[in-house]
Amino acid sequence: MYESDLCRTVTMLAIDPSKKLSFQRLISNGDLVIVYERHNSMKAIKVCDGSELQNRFGVFKHSDWIGKPFGSKVLSNKGGFVYLLAPTPELWTLVLSHRTQILYIADISFVVMYLEIVPGCVVLESGTGSGSLTTSLARAVAPCGHVYTFDFHEQRAAAAKEDFEKTGVSSMITVGVRDIQGQGFPEEFCGMADSVFLDLPQPWLTMPSAAKMLKQDAVLCSFSPCIEQVQRSCETLKKDFTDIRTFEVLLRTYEVKEGSLDCGNINKGDSPQSLPCKRKQSSSRSSNGTNKSSATTVMAKPCSEAKGHTGYLTFARLKCL
Amino acid sequence: MNGDMSKLSTENSSNQNPRITWEGYSVLLDINDGDRLVFARLLDKSIAKIGNKKCSLRPLIGCPFGSIFQVEIRPEGAIYDNREEKGDAQVKDEVKDNRNIVDSNCAQNLSGEDIDEMKRSDFVYLQGATGVQIIEALIANSSTFEKKTSFSQEKFKLRKQKKYAPKVLVRRPFARRFLRVDVLSLLLSLANVSTSSDIIVVDMVGGIPTGAVAERLGGTGHVCNAYFGTTPCSIDIVRMFNFDDKICRSNKSKLLENKENALDSVCQLNGGKIFSHTGFDSTHDSLLAPEVQMIQEEVIPSACSVVTGENLALSADGGPGPVPISMDEFDASPTIKACKSLKFCLVIAAPELDTWSTVQELFPLLSFSAPFAIYHQYLQVSFQILVVVKYSFSRSPG
Repeated sequence: MYESDLCRTVTMLAIDPSKKLSFQRLISNGDLVIVYERHNSMKAIKVCDGSELQNRFGVFKHSDWIGKPFGSKVLSNKGGFVYLLAPTPELWTLVLSHRTQILYIADISFVVMYLEIVPGCVVLESGTGSGSLTTSLARAVAPCGHVYTFDFHEQRAAAAKEDFEKTGVSSMITVGVRDIQGQGFPEEFCGMADSVFLDLPQPWLTMPSAAKMLKQDAVLCSFSPCIEQVQRSCETLKKDFTDIRTFEVLLRTYEVKEGSLDCGNINKGDSPQSLPCKRKQSSSRSSNGTNKSSATTVMAKPCSEAKGHTGYLTFARLKCL
Repeated sequence: MNGDMSKLSTENSSNQNPRITWEGYSVLLDINDGDRLVFARLLDKSIAKIGNKKCSLRPLIGCPFGSIFQVEIRPEGAIYDNREEKGDAQVKDEVKDNRNIVDSNCAQNLSGEDIDEMKRSDFVYLQGATGVQIIEALIANSSTFEKKTSFSQEKFKLRKQKKYAPKVLVRRPFARRFLRVDVLSLLLSLANVSTSSDIIVVDMVGGIPTGAVAERLGGTGHVCNAYFGTTPCSIDIVRMFNFDDKICRSNKSKLLENKENALDSVCQLNGGKIFSHTGFDSTHDSLLAPEVQMIQEEVIPSACSVVTGENLALSADGGPGPVPISMDEFDASPTIKACKSLKFCLVIAAPELDTWSTVQELFPLLSFSAPFAIYHQYLQVSFQILVVVKYSFSRSPG
């Protein structure tokens, strides 16, 4: 729950350098924190003196959090605990409410790099969706650049705008309601954009407009789930763009643990099928002389539920005239 | 929407994101569509070897990024000419195939001597035969060219073009071009590199992560390049980012005032204690990354070296260059004072270091809830780091 009068204390971006993380700020009333239960269970909460958080670990009073450093472990009435993390765009992507399918960190970080976004850049984006990428774009252009993002869905645009206020990035972002696919980008941006990002069902319809918006040698990116969309986009891009490349970023997650591998007893006569293995000699340095027959080792395997394909990222550079 | 044009500060953006080269700028020459990538510093006398010809780079000064040049074969040495890139031909339905083509090495009627003669041709001394003309002559004199499929014809033209009329594309160096780009991009995102951030980078890959972090900071915050032992790792590649290009040409008093300098606060940190300096010599006119010059001032082990806008002051002969400054001056510099009081986020790209002890040593310098990102090219090592980090955190009091 958020109160209507937002105290913009901790912002995700240190646009005001006096508020940056490096100065070891403590949690204050009104700050946005990311409550970390587990790596796959987190939520964004605005700290409010008098409020409480209830979860499976118990009841947590917000007042206990105030004055503690970010990153602290805090206890519930039952002795359970959570961590209170400082918000970052990566954490925000993991906790934000999905109104649409979002981009995740693997795609986001690649897009920001390949679009060559640095502080001061002007970036045009359509559609805004849930604002996952937009937040990272804002981080990259801060403090003197700007992101102009457009979505044709009025409610989603409004929800995104609200999110940007909550996370403190709204000074870097302007949200517009516009059908970019049908109408193109507004004329006032002609020749102003350092980068353009498109996440549209028929991005080829927007490419001529994007070409007008971009500065020379600037980069465009189009995200499409289907290869047929990519094919059509690339055909259209050839007219005004060069250096056209399409990538697919696949994130493979591993489950990692430390465990012991039992060497077994190689002298056992009644299991002839067991594979021979070396018996580890215990070193003279090991304590109390116990002969270990197992060794701990780090083991890893790819997760079967790993996220697979999200979409294809097509990048292109505006041709030099 | 009512366009809030005050945000579109193009002047601001062009300092960080220039679109045209200038003298002294380091560019990336993309030869024949990525076949070869060469760094080059654009000075009046600079030359680059393209194919087997030495070419003057003077025509590249003042051209827009993305410009394409073609090498011309001339008697007095190749020079550039700016060429329009031809659009791709429409894909046609193919009716030919290669059943009647025999590869007997007899198809080409022009010999090597004929080609050399064309290049030298007196009657067009001032022009010589251009590469394009040579290619056209080769096609005209090939008995099998017409029989080839259009795909095969394109391949033939491309091979000849690469040899006789190499194409050079002028690119602006950017962090995305080296170290596998997805690795670098994830390091920057995961370490939350953004305006006013303060980042420690343990960089043993030539300076790419250091430069990339500085690029993202855009003149705010600090990036500290950390090393262990007595010799800092080379971060030569940082020079290729063209930081301070304008700064180098201005005088000392302007340097001290200028806050837009993306290299304003790159420090090299060793143990976070005492410091020595590193300066960048921007007058070096070699095409390769000039050596990072070390200026040792009362070197004490566990040292940190700093490059700031202040260091890039005028040297004795008036050109920009590194200038030794006294330890008092050094300690008093705003950058060092700031670094000593800060806490950081962390990026590690150090294939040869024991990563866990590196992390442990730098831990006291990290801020609350600081993200850190560690890269290692070997999976096994990465897994081990993860286990150790998880174990250490689960035991911490919080």
